[in-house]
Amino acid sequence: MAQTQLRRPVESGVPDNKQFMHPTLLKNYGNWKYHDRPRPGVLHHVAHGGDEVWSVRAGTQRQMDIHTIRKLCDIADRFAEGHVRFTIRSNIEFMVSDETKVAPLIAELEANGFPVGGTGNSVSMIAHTQGWLHCDIPGTDASGVVKSLMDDLIDEFRQEDMPNRVHLSTSCCEINCGGQADIAIIVQHTKPPKINHDLVANVCERPAVVARCPVAAIRPALVNGKPSLEVDEAKCVCCGACYPPCPPMQINDPEYSKIAIWVGGKNSNARAKPTFMKMVASGLPNNPPRWTEVGEVVKKILYTYKADARPWERLSDWVERIGWPRFFEKTELPFTKYLVDDWRGSRANLNASTHIRF
Amino acid sequence: MAKKLHDTPNLDELEKGPWPSFVTGLKRLAQDNDMAVDLLGQLETSYQTKKGYWKGGTVGVFGYGGGIIPRFTELKDEKGEPIYKDAAEFHTLRVQPPPGMHYNTDVLRKMADIWERHGSGLIAFHGQSGDIMFQGATTDNVQGAFDEINELGFDLGGAGPAVRTSMSCVGAARCEQSCYDEAKAHRMVLNTFVDDIHRPSLPYKFKFKFSGCPNDCMNSIQRADMAVIGTWRDNIRTDEALAKKWFAKHGMNELVNDVVARCPTKAFQLKEIKDVKKGEHVSSVAVSDTHAVEIDNHDCVRCMHCINVMTGALSPGKDKGATVLVGGKRTLKIGDLMGTVVVPFMKLETDEDMEQLVDLGQRIIDFFAENALEHERTGEMIERIGLVNFLDAMGIDVDPNMVASPRMNPYVRTDGWDEEVAKIKAKQQAA
Repeated sequence: MAQTQLRRPVESGVPDNKQFMHPTLLKNYGNWKYHDRPRPGVLHHVAHGGDEVWSVRAGTQRQMDIHTIRKLCDIADRFAEGHVRFTIRSNIEFMVSDETKVAPLIAELEANGFPVGGTGNSVSMIAHTQGWLHCDIPGTDASGVVKSLMDDLIDEFRQEDMPNRVHLSTSCCEINCGGQADIAIIVQHTKPPKINHDLVANVCERPAVVARCPVAAIRPALVNGKPSLEVDEAKCVCCGACYPPCPPMQINDPEYSKIAIWVGGKNSNARAKPTFMKMVASGLPNNPPRWTEVGEVVKKILYTYKADARPWERLSDWVERIGWPRFFEKTELPFTKYLVDDWRGSRANLNASTHIRF
Repeated sequence: MAKKLHDTPNLDELEKGPWPSFVTGLKRLAQDNDMAVDLLGQLETSYQTKKGYWKGGTVGVFGYGGGIIPRFTELKDEKGEPIYKDAAEFHTLRVQPPPGMHYNTDVLRKMADIWERHGSGLIAFHGQSGDIMFQGATTDNVQGAFDEINELGFDLGGAGPAVRTSMSCVGAARCEQSCYDEAKAHRMVLNTFVDDIHRPSLPYKFKFKFSGCPNDCMNSIQRADMAVIGTWRDNIRTDEALAKKWFAKHGMNELVNDVVARCPTKAFQLKEIKDVKKGEHVSSVAVSDTHAVEIDNHDCVRCMHCINVMTGALSPGKDKGATVLVGGKRTLKIGDLMGTVVVPFMKLETDEDMEQLVDLGQRIIDFFAENALEHERTGEMIERIGLVNFLDAMGIDVDPNMVASPRMNPYVRTDGWDEEVAKIKAKQQAA
């Protein structure tokens, strides 16, 4: 039998970024003095030696077809000296060393459907996950939720009219690959997994699945004469942790997998220490193709914050000032018993004081 | 010409509206790519049934144990045949990005060409761990695609219980807040662990992230097992011309309400010029002919707020380095954990400094590999064994910078107290 000669990989790891870097950035590496923003979507950096560079930031769909990539390359070659970089939120940045190139570049990006913005105190692109497009455990889609919401928020992307920057994320399961954010959209399952007992023994490493459960609700059992697993449904918190290691424990449900909204996550150390986000709404329907109900709640929170927060208050800073009762009052969201924490360490999330705003 | 498009009434709705549409992009691919046609068919089915239809499996490239995310369709007809056969295999290659995600158009065009030849034509810049995700290859095409990407100078990222792909901010390349060479640290650390990236054999995933200042643009404190966040030890630097320019534009109300009042430790004060304190730890700068700001750098926690607001007028000091925090992660299994301080400050200027960082990473990973339970992240491991045991193993002395407050309960056996005090005194005397 003929053997195909397989190529050995070159374990090159992380490539050197200097080979791709804009020459002005390379020349002034580690030697920048300050920056300002001449308009939303444009950063202007000045080096200690006097060199200047303008970076124009534009939104993308993240999941890009090669034709979109080539279009962005054409724009970079014609208008922006052939170099780009991406931000952590999938925005693309074009660097130019000549201020007169900024306006034509912006015009060309907008003409091709790439909104210019996402800088300063704006709503930037939503950090998101893979969803139905590519994930093996998704409760919902990601790109579609993001597209729908960014269609509505595109003016907030293009302007810098928020009290401080606003980071949004979406996640298609409670693992929350989308990450912490000022406002996050996350699937929240509401029913225990439905177990296909015919498949468990062949597909799942049962002790490993038992160990995954955060509330010890899963135990080995013999069902219909076959080794399987059973769930103590009174203990189950419907987190879905058992589903990835054991796909026959189906947690996703077209009706009962709901969507929750979380607020106040912040990774920056600016002002207060970094914060984790808190759940403020749940039970929203998973409603493609536009997830209208989810968008309404997100926009209600966002625009209440925009109207009420003082300059430089991140969403978490704003809530810290006005307090949670007023947050729920102003956003008209119901404060239900499910929002009172009972996980480990939860007493730290109770009000151990008489600090009450009347 | 590809085969005919399936009807996609739900996805068609996502072609409307002003934001760039991934559906429009997929349809453009579907003009000459059957895999994109069938991907749209399966995705439309998900939009109708609200169910996902991908399952994992085992697909890889020669020489590596990870880096490919296998996807096989579960959407089959009554005979068990895939309904959308041209997207029945739709694997992703995770590819590590350059630090700061810089590209030139030449390399992006080459990536697009490779993916046109071997895959669906869909590429994500970037996934949540930072990978360039080449999405949609058949099992047969994975090796060929990887070979070409690898020849281009790029390598696969991490998947499963491995060291994962890392990210670093734009940093020194274009940011005045940068406190160390993020790209150099990123490459030196990650390229030490290529074996642990490509051959998953740790208890669970291990993530490094590199942010150049406490703004932490890489979100490292909440997500990284080892977060390297730039900071400085000396005084905030000032520039009088830019401070006066800022004040002329923004005025007294903004200076008081947006900067002075928002300093978390009240280290930032507004004073009449005649009252400004002088001292080794004081930064001050005039904002007008009568007023100046005065910062007591001993009380400053390097939060970045005043520097962010008054960029250029204020900037990080010159004695730069990084704080290292360990154990950040999201929910599963015990709940969210922030990374916590393990090294309050380390210099990252010379190659030897960088090697110290690599060495710390190596020791943490070795300890993690030996001591973590299966599917346990570093933060959970430290919660289980206690920070002091972890520090003991790392050979790192405790430091009050590592705690939010000292212990709040008496449940500890302290009969080694005198010995510990003697050790601290001996070290102080030796220093």
